[in-house]
Amino acid sequence: MGKNLFNKVWEKHTVDVLPGGQTQLFIGMHLIHEVTSPQAFAMLKDLGVKVAFPERTFATVDHIIPTDDTSRPFADPLAEEMMQAIEKNTAENGITFFNPESKKQGVVHIVGPEQGLTQPGSTIACGDSHTATHGAFGAIAFGIGTSQVRDVLATQTMSIAPFKVRRIEVNGKLKPGVYAKDVILYIISKLGVNGGIGHAYEFAGDVIDTMSMEGRMTVCNMAIEGGARVGYINPDETTFAYIKGKPYAPKENWDEMVEYWKSIASDADADYDDIVKFDAADIEPQVTWGINPEQTIGISEKITNPKNDVMQEALDYTSFSGGDLMKGKKVDVVFIGSCTNGRIEDFREAAKYAKGRKVAEGVRALAVPGSFGVRDKAVAEGLDKIFIEAGFEWREPGCSMCLAMNPDKLVGREISASTSNRNFKGRQGSSTGRTLLVSPVMAVAAAVTGQISDCREVFNIGGK
Amino acid sequence: MALGKIEKVIGQAVPIPGDDIDTDRIIPARFLKCVTFDALGEQLFYDVRFDEDGKSLNFPIDQPQYKGANIIVSGNNFGCGSSREHAPQSIKKAGFDAVIAGSYAEIFFGNCTTLGIVCAEASDEVRASLMKAIAENPSEKMEIDVASSKVLFNGNSYDVSIKPNSKSAFLAGNYDSLADLLARMSKVKELEAGLKYSFKS
Ligand code: SF4
Repeated sequence: MGKNLFNKVWEKHTVDVLPGGQTQLFIGMHLIHEVTSPQAFAMLKDLGVKVAFPERTFATVDHIIPTDDTSRPFADPLAEEMMQAIEKNTAENGITFFNPESKKQGVVHIVGPEQGLTQPGSTIACGDSHTATHGAFGAIAFGIGTSQVRDVLATQTMSIAPFKVRRIEVNGKLKPGVYAKDVILYIISKLGVNGGIGHAYEFAGDVIDTMSMEGRMTVCNMAIEGGARVGYINPDETTFAYIKGKPYAPKENWDEMVEYWKSIASDADADYDDIVKFDAADIEPQVTWGINPEQTIGISEKITNPKNDVMQEALDYTSFSGGDLMKGKKVDVVFIGSCTNGRIEDFREAAKYAKGRKVAEGVRALAVPGSFGVRDKAVAEGLDKIFIEAGFEWREPGCSMCLAMNPDKLVGREISASTSNRNFKGRQGSSTGRTLLVSPVMAVAAAVTGQISDCREVFNIGGK
Repeated sequence: MALGKIEKVIGQAVPIPGDDIDTDRIIPARFLKCVTFDALGEQLFYDVRFDEDGKSLNFPIDQPQYKGANIIVSGNNFGCGSSREHAPQSIKKAGFDAVIAGSYAEIFFGNCTTLGIVCAEASDEVRASLMKAIAENPSEKMEIDVASSKVLFNGNSYDVSIKPNSKSAFLAGNYDSLADLLARMSKVKELEAGLKYSFKS
């Protein structure tokens, strides 16, 4: 029986088994941002411990950064303080900081891949729950708490127990107008928000094999929303082609690295704890109706009558009802961005349909590139103009309206069609605001019609 | 870095009655925008300690007789809510070394153990008589003996329980994995040298 990628990478990175039974796991690449790292640096200072491998940690700033006026000092003094802390901590410890001046800044999970730092066979940790995004490259990547950020800084290792591995295959061919975001929302709606607890998800099958790296990142990004701390995809030619030529990608040893990367992919006869299969033909554009990402339906489906307290609580919060279609629900805000759907491909695809159309009256629409890299490409291709002409606000890179730690927020009971990954109560900054998670093209459809709409009908995709 | 063994917690206690004291109560969400956990001590229980104008509501930890207490005695399901490490950090930074409650939320309990905060469980009766005895003798010192899981107060002994894993970690002084990790740095360096990574700009 062969081995899967997870087991291969885990073994290679195991330093020891600790007295408590946990694995001491080596972390090949560590990413930090301003929210969960400053306390860890303070702890190290208290302990008098130095950063063990500063060349293996990379920093960016994303959560608190304003996306309109980024001049310093920031308007919010707390945001300014956090910015100064990461500047100081990275400078003092010899850690590379992708700050806005470097033109490499952006959401941490977009920056790593864009710089070529995210590579197959790596272990990657970051004090952020969406770290599984990097698993799209065949890395074992997961979010950690602040004390563990400290541990990784101090030792480049951490104490952790291994995961079970579930292979999730999506076979067949996606229908036109159906995207990576719909695939992962569909999977979570079927397996549940707790379905992946204790597991790493290996995504595979025809749909994943033919998906772009951007799409694969969207899928892995939301593994955690299904309860799986790790989500990954075996590296292949698509992966290698994406990495090649990136700033930190291997150069003179390229062939040797590719050889190695191929060797860590799951063997054809690999062992899994379980295997789940889905048929691409069953997936249509998805939209969430509740307060967790499992509460998702296809655009032609109706919300089922509440079967439990969690569903009832969700409907009480959103003021939708069992039996409702989501199609036709009015939206106040549209947000295209975040580490789920803030990449160049997302903006290209969204721009294709925003072009020549207008955001509906009364709708506030934001297009926020996930990084400088994404922004610069989009501007070079003229995408920014398309969005602006359509009536979108085109912003500077950051987490923006994905969460409420910067000035971009919902107000009161507003409903937002958002390409981000969480629809928790209050997630977008208003304790009563509502978030409907959708793909970027579904977001454009909502923007131009002012309501949740089937993007295939609005844009005549696939002759529908 | 040597972690001390935790065999006893000795100090004044403060009763904080009520069940389901959640992490938002312990540290309100708006205080998450911070660069160190240092200020979290002052922000502990902020919204129940102060009114909107910042006037003290005379919450137990602010009452003069309980100033300097390092042990909290509270209700059931203490620390429920979010997984944020800010909550146990705020308890620790405010100077507390132990909590005696009916039960704890799981993630909160794990975070506390890592930080060396002793979380002991006690029955409703034990907590009720402890709270009464503390109110009558607020300046009296309490002693929590970890190995025997007994609380000594004002000449009486009370039975509490401490989960076996955390108890052995406290007694061995390895409740925080960092010491174990640091102890293996030579192995770490050896492993690192043999790994295949290539990221250079
Ligand atoms: S974009 Fe959203 S989910 Fe992603 S790192 Fe930022 S806040 Fe977290």
